[in-house]
Amino acid sequence: MAYALQQLINGLTLGAMYGLIAIGYTMVYGIIGMINFAHGDIFMVSAFIAVTCFTLLAAADVSSIPLALMFVLVVSMFFTSAYGWAVERVAYRPLRGSTRLAPLISAIGMSIFLQNTVQLTQGARVKPIPPVIEGGIELWQTPDFTVQIGWSQLLIIVTTVVLMVAFTWMITHTAFGRQQRSCEQDRTMAALLGVNVDRTISLTFMLGAALAAVAGVMVTVYYGVVDFFIGFLAGIKAFTAAVLGGIGSLPGAMLGGLLIGLIESFWAAYLWAEYKDVATFGILCLVLMLRPSGLLGRPEVEKV
Amino acid sequence: MMLTMTGVHAHYGHIHALRGIDVEVQAGEIVTLIGANGAGKSTLMMSLFGNPRASAGQIVFDGEDITGLATHEIALRGISLVPEGRRVFPRMTVFENLQMGAGFAAAENFEADLARVFAMFPILDERKMQRAGTLSGGEQQMLAIGRALMSRPKLLLLDEPSLGLAPIYIRRIFQIVRELNRDHGMTILLVEQNANQALKVAHRGYVLQHGGVTLAGSGEELLASPEVRAAYLEGGHG
Ligand SMILES: Nc1ncnc2c1ncn2[C@@H]1O[C@H](COP(=O)(O)OP(=O)(O)OP(=O)(O)O)[C@@H](O)[C@H]1O
Ligand SMILES: [Mg+2]
Repeated sequence: MAYALQQLINGLTLGAMYGLIAIGYTMVYGIIGMINFAHGDIFMVSAFIAVTCFTLLAAADVSSIPLALMFVLVVSMFFTSAYGWAVERVAYRPLRGSTRLAPLISAIGMSIFLQNTVQLTQGARVKPIPPVIEGGIELWQTPDFTVQIGWSQLLIIVTTVVLMVAFTWMITHTAFGRQQRSCEQDRTMAALLGVNVDRTISLTFMLGAALAAVAGVMVTVYYGVVDFFIGFLAGIKAFTAAVLGGIGSLPGAMLGGLLIGLIESFWAAYLWAEYKDVATFGILCLVLMLRPSGLLGRPEVEKV
Repeated sequence: MMLTMTGVHAHYGHIHALRGIDVEVQAGEIVTLIGANGAGKSTLMMSLFGNPRASAGQIVFDGEDITGLATHEIALRGISLVPEGRRVFPRMTVFENLQMGAGFAAAENFEADLARVFAMFPILDERKMQRAGTLSGGEQQMLAIGRALMSRPKLLLLDEPSLGLAPIYIRRIFQIVRELNRDHGMTILLVEQNANQALKVAHRGYVLQHGGVTLAGSGEELLASPEVRAAYLEGGHG
């Protein structure tokens, strides 16, 4: 029981991060009807930015953790949203109106470019940083097991919930959110009403990237190590989360992220830890075969 | 002159949809476009917004050359369209659709404009929080008209606004067109299946055929013209 509770906490933490990344997939799909295959790397880049920043801050003797975190978040959100903007400009916009496969290939190209850039500049080895946040709260002590929620886990879960609530509110209640949704539903009509469609699409890429950046910073805080390949794996898992929740659906992405996180952590705890990635890919296949519109998605109407 | 199109051509791929259009609309006028299916009426309206972009010729709106402007920029100049096929945002509420229409207009006018639209179409007030996609066809048409009015356009383009409406609402639409023009001085470019009624309400009209203007004149002149009578009025219309 205590052990299961601990898995629940770990799963929620993981799920929060997958959910944050999944939002980017789902929003971009919603507005242009295509998957952003360079999205997973944003997560990796922000993790490296976080490592670099934390190292610099430690060297500069900045000891206030909230201050350091804020700084790292702002810096990595800035750079990753610039990257999100560039992906749209370079890989997607010039190819709008061509075959659907073309931007997919150019996006994968950008993703490989980015992975290699990071590998060249940062080295292929795993980068560790000293723990940023240590300790936690002991929730429940049984003779043979102690359930604990780490401060870093608490931080991840709380930050994610706050961001998701704020983001949902922005999409449902602000003028920008309405413009964003109008572009999703009828781009031509949106433009006829004065909406700058190109700018809205750019902003969607940038917002998705900024949320993934938060996840990247969090993973650095949580695990204390990053390597240039984490973007791929986290990317595919978050993509699975978005598909499971129903690609294009914002609440779906959050729910999907949560479920994938929980499944992964329980699978690793009770079944085979070394096969935990297989679980995610299995789910991806099953969802695509049995319910391609996902849990909360609309049945796909042909989008061209 | 509020709108001047000179020698405008437009293409859809290989289809040459507009072939040298010369059309003028004066401030305060109601102008109607008459033409058979496929003549290019909807294309003419959309080409004002650069969708499709004029491949030759010039479009001047309110003294400014808008031929090359981005679609949203043109909309912001004060042109508003009730497009063919309504195109309401199906997964937004009626209220949100109207908010989209008001999008970039002065915020202090919002309540007054909303009240005006609701007075025009009380059903929209009742269905305020309903998703537009679940409205009936006629209700969606009313919403599309209401949405277009929310931005207080200088020039209102109506592409078959009475399509799919019951006769009582068709009369109401023509009445609204008259009122908007007379009481609010709104300039209106109107495309209607019902050429007879359109020519009666309009000050002037153009006849379109195969992407070109074949005839132009005042509403009465066109109503009396034998060609117009033969091609567009006889056979049960009106
Ligand atoms: N998106 C498009 N792609 C290709 N061809 C088009 C497109 N839209 C219109 N056309 C063609 O352009 C020509 C003019 O069409 P348009 O819709 O302007 O006619 P219309 O006068 O509005 O007709 P209707 O009375 O049926 O609405 C037609 O031959 C039509 O097939
Ligand atoms: Mg038409």
